[in-house]
Amino acid sequence: MADVVPLNEAVAGLVHDGDVVALEGFTHLIPFAAAHELIRVRRRDLTLIRMTPDIVYDQLIGMGCARRLVFSWGGNPGVGSLHRFRDAVENGWPAPLELEEHSHAGMAAAYAAGAANLPFGVLRGYRGGDLPPHTRVGRVTCPFTGEELAAVPAHRPDVGIVHAQRADRRGNVQLWGITGVQKETVLASARSIVTVEEIVDELEPRPGAVVLPGWTLDAVCAAPFGAHPSYADGYYDRDNEFYVAWDPISRDRDRFEAWMTRHVLGTSDTAEYRASLAAEVAHV
Amino acid sequence: MSADGLGFSANEMMAVEAARRLPDGAVCFVGIGLPSLATNLARRTHAPGCVLIYESGTIGAKPVELPLSIGDGELAETADAVVSVPEMFAYWLQGGRIDVGFLGAAQVDRHGNLNSTVIGDYDSPKVRLPGGGGAPEIALGVQSIFVMLRHSPRSFVERLDFTTSVGDNVRVVITDLGTLERRNGELALVAVHPGVAVDDVVAATGWELHVADDLRETEPPTVDELTTLRALKTKGRG
Repeated sequence: MADVVPLNEAVAGLVHDGDVVALEGFTHLIPFAAAHELIRVRRRDLTLIRMTPDIVYDQLIGMGCARRLVFSWGGNPGVGSLHRFRDAVENGWPAPLELEEHSHAGMAAAYAAGAANLPFGVLRGYRGGDLPPHTRVGRVTCPFTGEELAAVPAHRPDVGIVHAQRADRRGNVQLWGITGVQKETVLASARSIVTVEEIVDELEPRPGAVVLPGWTLDAVCAAPFGAHPSYADGYYDRDNEFYVAWDPISRDRDRFEAWMTRHVLGTSDTAEYRASLAAEVAHV
Repeated sequence: MSADGLGFSANEMMAVEAARRLPDGAVCFVGIGLPSLATNLARRTHAPGCVLIYESGTIGAKPVELPLSIGDGELAETADAVVSVPEMFAYWLQGGRIDVGFLGAAQVDRHGNLNSTVIGDYDSPKVRLPGGGGAPEIALGVQSIFVMLRHSPRSFVERLDFTTSVGDNVRVVITDLGTLERRNGELALVAVHPGVAVDDVVAATGWELHVADDLRETEPPTVDELTTLRALKTKGRG
């Protein structure tokens, strides 16, 4: 049953050094507030799973939280490179980063298998090309047709973390718009944390919404603005300018550390983070 | 009516050339940037029935303003359906429901194989690129792959540093200099864009480029194509 608790309590209690942690949200509802909390409590040696690492993992990797990354596309969408990810892979800074690389289809199948309590996901993929010898993929033969298919090991994170639009006071969660792979992430994980834009008395039904019943979750935490710089449909738009601005910030180690120290380590929640960003803009 | 005298950019020529090749009603798996420009242009000109699918889960998206990321709210709001990512890759892509897929890459070889993973060795790369994302299964599961990228000896290489996606289904490669199609299993130059010499294309290609006997010059963008395209761009970047 979900406890409605402050985010810092949830992260401190549910995420441990060395855990396998998946933070999901496909371009939308990316759980930045929870990632910032992981950085503040200085979690170490994490295996981070995520289809599109995005700025959120650039920050975690650059701050030394990750030992291993399981992913399928590591770029800054529409902008270019993730410089902290690249620095870790190319130069081992701030620490070497082990990679387990997949395709989107393979990652999606691995999450779905985890949610279904199956040992592997099956798909028609990983044929030809140079990735198979560098990753964890096997082949299985269909017992009915003889067709050979790819098998990817199921994702079973210790902790799954997602962001949603809202929850009620009993911890039932509702999210809508582009819903990505969040449902599978939560159901595949041993423990789960959901941050939300707001906690309401009653969840009004919405067409196409995904509902995660409170009894499938461990912690639900209010974190308004908690998906910034990504967006929360119905609350705020994607901060495209931030994605562009991240390129020069993240390109330089010192500038990156100064930015993280000021806006993440120097703040304690999303309200302070937001005020900190606004103060910087005001001074420019 | 052609747009001679209006002037147009290489990107505009690429988008127009890709759009013209889309049959009306084609179901297209679209990425951000040039593919999004091309498919939205086609939908507003000769192919209003084109179905745009973005891998974030939006099926039948009809953006009024061009998206800046594949997950823009604009795409979800205008789509016929929004599905989860596992459903997108399992039911729609693997299900064989896509006619045309667009891919980009850092490197392409003469067989249409693509690299978007690393420059240098995989375990100690000189440049770590973003990786495959949706591309490997798009390349395997869609019968007609359009590749769009800039032409240079660094990107059109004799030997890829890493094969991210196999080229068997690559039908056409549209660059800023011209258009390549698969002929006898190998990419051949079939058109040069206005003002481009064949020698320029050969020089920008890292393998001995086969030039088709029926080589032609690409028709320049028409006034209609260009004004439609610019209206799209203005809104998207505004």
